Amino acid sequence: MMSPAGAFAAPCPPMRRFSLRTLLSEAGNAHRGWPRQWRSPTPKSSYDILIVGGGGHGLATAYYLAKEHGIRNIAVLEKGWLGGGNTARNTTIIRSNYLYDESAAIYDHALKLWDTLSEELNYNVMYSKRGVLMLAHSTHDRQSMKRHIYANRLNGVDNEWLTLREAKAFCPPLNDSPDIRYPVIGGALQRRGGVARHDAVAWGYARGADALGVDIIQNCEVQDIKLGSDGAVTGVVTSQGVIHTPRIGVVAAGHTSVVLKRAGVRLPIESFPLQALVSEPVKPVFPCVLMSNAVHAYISQSDKGELVIGAGTDQYVSYSQQGGLHISTHTLEAICELMPQFSRMRMLRSWGGIVDVTPDRSPIIGKTPVPGLFVNGGWGTGGFKATPGSGHVFAWTLAKGQPHPINAPFTLERFRTGRLIDEAAAAAVAH
Amino acid sequence: MLLIHCPYCGPRPEVEFRCGGEAHIARPVQPSTLNDQEWAEFLFYRNNPKGTHAERWWHIHGCARWFNALRDTVSDRFIATYRMGERPQSR
Repeated sequence: MMSPAGAFAAPCPPMRRFSLRTLLSEAGNAHRGWPRQWRSPTPKSSYDILIVGGGGHGLATAYYLAKEHGIRNIAVLEKGWLGGGNTARNTTIIRSNYLYDESAAIYDHALKLWDTLSEELNYNVMYSKRGVLMLAHSTHDRQSMKRHIYANRLNGVDNEWLTLREAKAFCPPLNDSPDIRYPVIGGALQRRGGVARHDAVAWGYARGADALGVDIIQNCEVQDIKLGSDGAVTGVVTSQGVIHTPRIGVVAAGHTSVVLKRAGVRLPIESFPLQALVSEPVKPVFPCVLMSNAVHAYISQSDKGELVIGAGTDQYVSYSQQGGLHISTHTLEAICELMPQFSRMRMLRSWGGIVDVTPDRSPIIGKTPVPGLFVNGGWGTGGFKATPGSGHVFAWTLAKGQPHPINAPFTLERFRTGRLIDEAAAAAVAH
Repeated sequence: MLLIHCPYCGPRPEVEFRCGGEAHIARPVQPSTLNDQEWAEFLFYRNNPKGTHAERWWHIHGCARWFNALRDTVSDRFIATYRMGERPQSR
């Protein structure tokens, strides 16, 4: 599906839609007639807007810029391959049960877009609303979760309290014994939450954006950001040459600080490794997404049958895309306590992603001090769930030069004004 | 897991330590003279380099003392550790 940059530079081909008719006709043709899902053009000398970063958020931004704002002379620059960064390294969990109004607005905006994303893109992103159950292990957990539930309901976000019995009925693999180290006493369930196929999200947006004329340029690292005499951006220096543009959107999760430093912008962001791992594939054994903040575990089962398990962040700044074994061990101990039947399963793969963490654990989406330079980053450990909403409001921001009402509170200035959106408690991961 | 050379105790496993974030951030001598942006930069803005990072570590499950370290954030390899108030030295 992927081709090296520059190997295939044809004019924009008509996208061949997936439908029952085309699938049947290709079934009779051993599926040899499908075209490439997107082109690999050589970059033009200038674009109206450049998007730095070809992950889910960047590709979604490009798609909505072309689709909803009619801005099609744009390019997505990706230093590696599409969706090869954090898009491919997360645990694909989708939910919107955040505490504060600003967060509920942006994550639920995304959740509503997830609902129809496969139809919108004509690409199956395998969004599965199987429910996200967050466990409570103590009186404090219960009080905090009920506060979240009531705040969510006031914002029109579904979230409900389950007793231990109800939680066990919803998630039968759960160990409901009172004799474990941190017994489960109940949980908060968001039924609209679930998972999606992370690669398909990047590929679907890439295919959609490409069909609208967006140039997606892989293996193209931004090495410098050029500023004019007035201090505004004029272009970028890349591994494939200089590209001129008056407007840049940096969507380079894991490297937001590194990319923006090239324009002299310093940020309230630190980058940490976050690990995940998957087991050998087994038959369907796990019906939902289960999370526990207190003992630190989260788990779901992919459609391939692997148990997908998320660990915590390491404590130090790193770009190494790997973490300490004791971090994942800690999570596996919690998983085995909550689901003892998994204790003899073998883990197949583990990896780390680099998460850009802000002091208030909320993203920064909007302008930077450099005119023409915009940023969408700092999503911390929870960016995947926001992909469609993030791209949608960032496209608006880039097109109009002003934030969409939903991302207006997520400015860089909030660290100066003190108007923080402190969601540290809402993340599944103890930062 | 990292092997961390405590300048007081010698090499010990990472689980004995807490990382205290970026080092050498001096509290402003006269906070009242700072404007909001300068105060925000003191509180929240960090270098976050891809390369050599100066950071503080706390040997909480050992001597319980703080010290500084230089570490490469790409390889996670420690370049040096040194006591508070000292200059970094290569080991």
